[in-house]
Amino acid sequence: MSAFIIENIAPLMFIALVIFLLLGYPVAFALAAVGLSFGLLGIYLGLLEPVLFQALPERLFGIMANDTLLAIPFFTFMGLILERSGMAEDLLDTIGQLFGPLRGGLAYAVVFVGALLAATTGVVAASVISMGLISLPIMLRYGYDRRLASGVIAASGTLAQIIPPSLVLIVLADQLGRSVGDMYAGAIIPGLVLTSLYVIYIFGRSMLQPSSAPALPLEARTLRGWALFQRALVALVPPLALIFLVLGTIFLGVATPTEGGAMGATGAILLALGKRRLSWSLLKQAMNSTAKLTSFVLFILVGATVFSLTFRAVNGDLWVEHLLTNLPGGQVGFLIVVNILVFVLAFFLDFFELAFIIVPLLGPVADKLGIDLIWFGVLLGVNMQTSFMHPPFGFALFYLRSVAAAKEYLDKVTGKRMAPVTTGQIYWGAVPFVIIQVIMVAILIAFPGLVTSNLDKKSTVDPAKIQIDIPSMDDSAGEPASPSEDAADPEVPDFGQAPESGAAPAPKDEGAKEGGELEDLFKK
Amino acid sequence: MNMLLSISRAIDALSERVGRTVLWLVLVMAVVSAGNALYRYAFHMSSNAWLELQWYLFGAVFLFCAGYTLRYDEHIRIDVLASRWSRRTQVKIDIFGTIFFLLPMAIFIMWLSWPVFMNAWRSGEVSSNAGGLIRWPARLFIPVGFFLLSLQGFSELIKRIAFLKGLIPDPGEKHKDPALELLEEQQAELARNAAAAAKGGAQ
Repeated sequence: MSAFIIENIAPLMFIALVIFLLLGYPVAFALAAVGLSFGLLGIYLGLLEPVLFQALPERLFGIMANDTLLAIPFFTFMGLILERSGMAEDLLDTIGQLFGPLRGGLAYAVVFVGALLAATTGVVAASVISMGLISLPIMLRYGYDRRLASGVIAASGTLAQIIPPSLVLIVLADQLGRSVGDMYAGAIIPGLVLTSLYVIYIFGRSMLQPSSAPALPLEARTLRGWALFQRALVALVPPLALIFLVLGTIFLGVATPTEGGAMGATGAILLALGKRRLSWSLLKQAMNSTAKLTSFVLFILVGATVFSLTFRAVNGDLWVEHLLTNLPGGQVGFLIVVNILVFVLAFFLDFFELAFIIVPLLGPVADKLGIDLIWFGVLLGVNMQTSFMHPPFGFALFYLRSVAAAKEYLDKVTGKRMAPVTTGQIYWGAVPFVIIQVIMVAILIAFPGLVTSNLDKKSTVDPAKIQIDIPSMDDSAGEPASPSEDAADPEVPDFGQAPESGAAPAPKDEGAKEGGELEDLFKK
Repeated sequence: MNMLLSISRAIDALSERVGRTVLWLVLVMAVVSAGNALYRYAFHMSSNAWLELQWYLFGAVFLFCAGYTLRYDEHIRIDVLASRWSRRTQVKIDIFGTIFFLLPMAIFIMWLSWPVFMNAWRSGEVSSNAGGLIRWPARLFIPVGFFLLSLQGFSELIKRIAFLKGLIPDPGEKHKDPALELLEEQQAELARNAAAAAKGGAQ
C-alpha cells in the first residue's frame, strides 16, 4: 500500500485536489489543505524532508512583497470607481446614438463600449450589467434578434479579460515570470483583432439577415448633429484620457503597471470628483469590494503556493512535464492539447483558479518546448476569456440573466407587450461568440507574430538566456540554505526560540531579489 | 451553545471592525503609490521606505481582510456540483472543510510564521535597501492575518452547527453577490435617470 502511494503520490495528490475542489469548499483552503496533508504524508512515508514547510513563511512573505500583484487592487479599485460613477451609462447613451442610424448600429455600439470599458475598467460583471440594463431593452424594443442581442452583450463584457489592463494578464504575467508590460503589449493586438471579429460577425448577420439587427428609427434618435457631437466628446474624453494615462505610460515605459494602476485609481477618483459623482458610500463600497477581491485572489495564490510546495517536492512538476512533453506534434501538438484542456477546465474553474493551479504547471513545459511565454500567456488569456461566456456556467451569462427581463413586460417607450428573454436565448446567443473565441485561439496559434511583433526585440524568447522565475513557486529565498542547517533541528522551533538557522539566510536573498526589482524599476 | 453563539457574534464583530478599518488602506495604498510614481518623475529619485510602504499596506489589506472576506463568504468556491445539493449538505461540507481544511491550515501557518516574526523582532531586522523599513511589522502581518482567519473560521463553524440544530437562520443567507449589489445600485441610478429624463421630456 505505502509502496503504491510512494510510487504515485503526485497523481494521487492531483486527484485528491480535484475531489476536494468539487466539494465546493473555498478553493484557497482546499488547495492549502491538500498541500499540507500530502506534505505530512510524504514526511511520514520518509519521502520528504521534515523541513519542507520551513520555507513556507518566506514564500508568503514573497507574495506580500510582490510588486506585480500590487497592481491587482489598483486596477480593481480604479474599475469600480469608474463603473459606479456612471461612465458606462454615459458611453452607452452617446455611442448608441452615434451608431444608431447604421444597421446593426446598437450592436456595434455595445462592442465598442465593451472594448472601451475593458481598456479602462476591466470589470466583467459591471460591463455586462450596465450593457444588459441599458442596451438590451433598447435592442429588443427595436426588434433585434434576442440571441444576437444577448450574445453581443455577454461577449463584449468579457473583452475586459483580454484587453489591458486586465487582471488576467497581470496574474498570467506573474505566474509565467514575465513582465506585465510585455504581457500588455502582447495582448493589445489580439484584443483588437478579437474586437474586430465580433464586429465582422455583426456585420455579416446584419447583411444576411437585416431583420435581426435593424437600424434605429428616426424617432429614437434624440440627439443629432452638433449636440450629438458635443455629447460624444464629453463622454469620450475622460475614458480616453485615462487610457492614455494608464496604458500610454506603461507602453512608453514611463511607468510600471503597478504605478500606472495607482495613478489610474487616483485619476478615477479625481474624475469622479470632477463629475460630482463621488460620494462617501461609493468610495467605501469600492474600497470594500477591492479589499475583499484582493484578499480572495491572494489567498488562492497562498493556497496554490502551499500546494505547489509539496507538489514540486514529490516531483509532481516532472510528472506533468513528462505527460506533456511526450505529446505528439511538438509545439503545436502541445498548444492544441493545452488549449483543449483549458477550454474544458474552464467549464468548471474560473480564471484565477486556472491561472494559479494549472498555469504554473504548464509554463515550464511550454518554455522547454521553446514557446514564447508571452505568446503562451495571451493564448491562454483568450482561451480563459471564454470561460466567462460559455454555457452553462459562464459568469457573464449569469450577470446578463440577472438583468434581462425574466417575465413579460411593457416597453416603456412603445407601450408594447414584450416577451421575456429566456435563459435558452442567452445560452444560444453566446454560442457564436464562443466559436469566434475558438477561431481566435486558432489564429493566435497560427500567427504568433500578432503577439510577439509588438514586443521589444530583446524580450522575445532566447532559450539560452531564459531564466524561469516564477516568483511564487520558485525557491526565491530561505529554502536552499535551510535544509542543511535545519537538519539538526527538524522540529518546528518553539514560539519562544528564534529559529536563527531557518530565517537568518533569508533577508540576504530577499534583499537581492528586491534590489533586482528596484533596478528594473529604474531601468525603465 | 448559547455561549458559543455569543463568542461567534463577538468574532463577527471583530472581523467586521478590522475589515471596515483596513479597507481604507486601499485608498492610502493607491495614493502612496501614485505619489511615489510622480515623485520619481519629478525628482528622478525615490525613497525605498515609501516604496516598501506600498507593499506593507498591500500585505496588510489582503491578510487582515481574509477573515472579513470569509465572514461574507466571498472566498471563491467551485459550486458546479455543490449548487445542486441541498442546503444542509452544503452546510455539512462547510463544517467538514472548516475543521479539516481551513483551521488546520491557518493554525499551522500561524505557528510556522510566528518564530520568523520573533526572529525579526529580536534581531531588529531591517530591509536591505538603503533607507528601507524595519521588517518586523511586515513579518507580523502573516501570523496575525492567519489568526484572524482562524478566528472567523471558528465563528463560521459555530454558526453552521447552530444552523443544523435549528437554532439560527441560515448563516449563508446574508451572502450577497457583489454583482447583484452593483445591479441594485445601478437600477436605482437608472430609475433616477429615467425620472430626470421624463421631467426633461415634459418640459
